[in-house]
Amino acid sequence: MFSGFMVNAWLISTVVAIIAGVVGFFVVLRGSSFQAHAIPNGAFAGAAGANLIGVNPLIGLGVFSLGAALSIGRLSRRGRSDVVTALALVMMLALGAAFISQSTQYEPQIFSLLFGEILGVSTGQLLPVVILGLVCITAVAVLYRRLLLTSIAPEIAASQGLRPERIETAFLIVIACATTMTVPVVGALLIFTLMIGPPAAARCFSNRPEVALALSVVIALVTVWASLACSFSTNWPVGFFVGAFSATWFALGMAYAAWRRSRRSPRELGART
Amino acid sequence: MRLIFEPGFFSNAPVHTAFVIGAVSAIVSGIVGVVTVVRGQSFAGHALTDVATTGGAGASLWGISPLLGFIGAGVFGAGAMDLAGVQRARGRDLATGIVLGAATGLSALFLYLDTTRSASTGVTQQILFGSIFTLDPSMIPLVVVLSVVTLALISWIYRPLLLSSLSAELASARGVRVRGVGLLFMFALAISVGLSSIAIGSVLSTALLIGPAATSLRLTKNVRNALVLACVLGVVSTWLGVLFAYDSYYWNPSSRGLPVSFFIVAIIFLSYLVSGTPLIRRVIARRVDAGRSSARSARVTTSRAEEVV
Repeated sequence: MFSGFMVNAWLISTVVAIIAGVVGFFVVLRGSSFQAHAIPNGAFAGAAGANLIGVNPLIGLGVFSLGAALSIGRLSRRGRSDVVTALALVMMLALGAAFISQSTQYEPQIFSLLFGEILGVSTGQLLPVVILGLVCITAVAVLYRRLLLTSIAPEIAASQGLRPERIETAFLIVIACATTMTVPVVGALLIFTLMIGPPAAARCFSNRPEVALALSVVIALVTVWASLACSFSTNWPVGFFVGAFSATWFALGMAYAAWRRSRRSPRELGART
Repeated sequence: MRLIFEPGFFSNAPVHTAFVIGAVSAIVSGIVGVVTVVRGQSFAGHALTDVATTGGAGASLWGISPLLGFIGAGVFGAGAMDLAGVQRARGRDLATGIVLGAATGLSALFLYLDTTRSASTGVTQQILFGSIFTLDPSMIPLVVVLSVVTLALISWIYRPLLLSSLSAELASARGVRVRGVGLLFMFALAISVGLSSIAIGSVLSTALLIGPAATSLRLTKNVRNALVLACVLGVVSTWLGVLFAYDSYYWNPSSRGLPVSFFIVAIIFLSYLVSGTPLIRRVIARRVDAGRSSARSARVTTSRAEEVV
């Protein structure tokens, strides 16, 4: 389980889990689940286009995810952001369909871009993912306070002269950055699940942002490692286990939050009277 | 005429089927879509296509009718979203995401099991993009019946649904069971989305649900007008898309046409962009001002959804 091609799988999944845990924490906090779904999912059309004109698919992925982030950010100022996200997503997918119809041999690649091929990662793919991961985490660290303030207390953020639509666009670019490198490795669906499930669970376990952020990374790591191990022994796709474990974590988090509320409420009532 | 309609367009059987199924899907999606956009549930509307697809993959694994799989999984997913969803809009998106993640995981498993048992290729692409041209005409009656059921459900809860979408507090003060109405709407959404994603593919399903509705809500503030306009826009875009896709086989010497979904989505996307341009916005603002100053302004009812757009 820890030899040969599996070494790369363990390494890459660790890196991806850390990126997803950090970026996902803000995805959940800001309620940008739809954007986090649309950007990686639509970006695969870019890979199809790059494939068609004979460019490196990574360039296509990068161009499309960045384009998606910028256009969602721009159009959201004039319209509802969920509507804009949905339309940008279907437009990219439709472009992907057009690209695919013009080329002949793409079917296996679509499958791998959607569901990933974490077990087939080469050593050469490791370094770019690590570098882009560092870029993402640095960007989140720089934006940390502003991201937190605009999502939790928009009024205070406005009073301090922060412009929420700029922060939003910057954050969408971070998502685009995080997905460009991870999509060819783990697939669009898996990265989305990892960015939603573990951070959502982490928020149920703690109200303090720093603690929840750390928890989110830890839960993402545990999820990915457990999924890899299960996938190795059953031969079933990794994505299935990541989805199942993420949903389980969230259910546990909800149950914990409900239990804590029920335990605390009588005391609070007592304090008020 | 020959320039617009390439030979054989009107006598082609798949084109007839595409026209009928496309129009039915566009009308149901338009009506459900306006409510979806007003309620801010675009993500759920999109996610349910993927959840329904999971059901489709599972159904082909166990040999059940795919339509049953699509709609069953959609309704189940809608229930799960409601169960996991906190009632605030932000929590709702999160719950949608969790259900979507779990469903796509299952989807990966089903597709994997499918491909290991039978060497079927093209299944991913078929499920994602569907094709309006390869539809089985025998499906038309079933699609029509289920569409009527969905529309009946929507019209039954229309007023309380709209009221609770615009102001949940006002609705519950008037005795509307907001949560129950929301759940019924989710079921209607699931049926309509499952239906359209099996008929026209999941990409087109989302496009027809959100696009025409959002465009028409930008063009008119009155929800009733928006409903009609969304249906018209949806049907027109679908028919134009079918026409272009048919013609596109003749554009290219290599005779490899472009997919229908591409044309339909492009038309829908462009019309949304055009409806937001400053020129159109100014024209609408002038019309609304004129309407306000006239006596009609007294008739401000709940059907006015000012804050919607």
